[in-house]
Amino acid sequence: MQLLAERIATWLGMEGLPRQAVVAGVVLVVALVVATVVLTIAGILTWAERRVAGRTQSRVGPNRVGPLGFLQWVADGIKLITKEDVIPAAADRTLFRLAPYPVIVGIFAAFASVPFGQKLIAADLNVGVLYLMAITSLVVVGVLMAGWASNNKWALLGGVRSAAQIVSYEVPSVLAALSVVLLAGTLSLQGIIGKQGGWPWEWYLFYNPFTFVAFFLFFTSAVAEGNRTPFDLPEAESELVAGYNVEYSGMRFAGFFLGEFANVYLLSAIATALFFGGWQIPGVTPDMQAASPVWQAVGVGLFALKAGTGAFVVLWLRWTMPRLRVDQLMGLCYRYLLPLSFAMLLGNAAYVWLVPQWAAWVVQGATTTVGLAVAGVFVRRVFYHIRHVGDDVSLDLARGESGTFDPQLQVRVYGAFRRRHAGDSAS
Amino acid sequence: MRAFIEYFAAIGRTVVTLGDGLAVTGSYFLRRPVTLQYPDRTEKPMVALLPERSRGMLEVDLDRCPGCTACETACPIGCIRIEVSKGKPRLITRFDIDLGRCMNCGLCSEPCPTECLKHTKEFEGGMYKPDLLLIHFVEQPVPVAPVKKGEPGPPPKPLGSILRRLLTDPYGRKRPAPAPAPAAAASAPAPPVAVAAPQPVSASTPPVSATPSAAPPSTPATSGGPS
Ligand code: SF4
Ligand code: SF4
Repeated sequence: MQLLAERIATWLGMEGLPRQAVVAGVVLVVALVVATVVLTIAGILTWAERRVAGRTQSRVGPNRVGPLGFLQWVADGIKLITKEDVIPAAADRTLFRLAPYPVIVGIFAAFASVPFGQKLIAADLNVGVLYLMAITSLVVVGVLMAGWASNNKWALLGGVRSAAQIVSYEVPSVLAALSVVLLAGTLSLQGIIGKQGGWPWEWYLFYNPFTFVAFFLFFTSAVAEGNRTPFDLPEAESELVAGYNVEYSGMRFAGFFLGEFANVYLLSAIATALFFGGWQIPGVTPDMQAASPVWQAVGVGLFALKAGTGAFVVLWLRWTMPRLRVDQLMGLCYRYLLPLSFAMLLGNAAYVWLVPQWAAWVVQGATTTVGLAVAGVFVRRVFYHIRHVGDDVSLDLARGESGTFDPQLQVRVYGAFRRRHAGDSAS
Repeated sequence: MRAFIEYFAAIGRTVVTLGDGLAVTGSYFLRRPVTLQYPDRTEKPMVALLPERSRGMLEVDLDRCPGCTACETACPIGCIRIEVSKGKPRLITRFDIDLGRCMNCGLCSEPCPTECLKHTKEFEGGMYKPDLLLIHFVEQPVPVAPVKKGEPGPPPKPLGSILRRLLTDPYGRKRPAPAPAPAAAASAPAPPVAVAAPQPVSASTPPVSATPSAAPPSTPATSGGPS
């Protein structure tokens, strides 16, 4: 950063300026850029969430503002900015006002070391993974502050639940990430990506069975850490109204809200970097990519694609799973995720220590095959379910926008539902 | 050992059921939405999409109504008010239906001997004042139609054309005549009268309006009230 600052100062012809001032200026600009990017991503994700929710429930979702309703998030943002920022009379005013900031800072600061591309990273820390895990824990401070300062029983319960949940799930997610760190021998995210390759079988996801399982452990714990359904107990509508942010309105509420969605992208981005080869392009070595701006752009696009797919899965999960109970939540963490992630860490350590290179190749190939087979089975199941309800499939997101009305379709859907469940009660 | 097996069986069940759940929601994600984007993005006008026998707002074709008041008697909540003058020729001086109170039960159209009182498919009756839904079908007293039960009588008008002419917009203004409806233009028997203003028919009869404190209006002498 210092070197960069000096270079920029020279370039601007301002060598005379004190170095600290230049550094501060550069940091400010970088921070603004990152914040803008993150806000945009979070905003787009709020729109994506509603579209995904709509399609999953055979609805259309927001489609009036802009093409496919894409500008809905801008409209919502403007609306939230112009809303009154209500502070409850009995609230602890200072804490109440401060509470959104740790959440926003915790998540936005994490984006500083997310490797969007080979060269597109705000700060390639050599302790990247550690930094990410540490800084995102700042969220719990904000959530707890919000819950306490609101002076509201629902908010307080939500805050306390959130603290318990984030602290608990931090452990398995770190342990699962450690598996990868162990294999790569570095904590730097760029270093970890550099150790992987572009092709799926070169990803750490398919490196060996232990990393394969570790990915799912990491993903589950990360979703739980982000307070996403099915782990959204801190904001369970049915029991806590809205949880820790129940008293918030206007821009402060938007802070929590955007923080949540930025977190969705963040966890997908980390998973992409750790397990999916990040910006690596199949058949292109990192050196080739470093030399060519075109490959750079492709790498950035590929990273965005992978992370976007991950975010989509998180949204998809939300509209699939019911919410867990508190005891189930803790049971899942301490009875299953924690021992399993320990086992995967030990397994990886033993793997690195014991398995010779030629065997590692075989294992890698076998894991990839198994993984792709699982994906194939999954796709088959999807089409099985489609066939059962009639095959009115449309991948075109714009189709159905015109409001075609087909009573027969509803009859078919309902009939298929009845046929499928007719045997259930009998058997 | 059994606990051990159960532990891994639980994990297996979780993975399989979660995967299948994702496949179900995924299959719905790929499917076309069934949303009907009322009001402005339907492929046909909404009325054309409604089921064949849907019961919307009522309309009466006075060219075919002999003024038998069977509908008024049948209505359980008394929202039809008919006045027929004595003497020759007998005139229907008033035929009001309070659509704001009507529950579209259809009990009135059933006894109608000439099938002139019918449910249209119109349903968009949102008004800023409830009285705007009190529709006065008699604009000028009309002689009762000499139609007997079972006779065909004059040909029925297109369904909804009479109501559409009388129904105001939410502010009580007359709606613009729908241009591309050739059938509606063909039959316009009475000269247009401002429909928003309530028509005082006789001083002794309180209008059947949906005033807030509306008890069912006292039965006027000219017609048998709901029994
Ligand atoms: S539909 Fe029912 S409520 Fe409405 S006017 Fe006829 S009888 Fe009365
Ligand atoms: S029942 Fe039919 S014919 Fe008799 S008054 Fe009512 S609308 Fe006219």
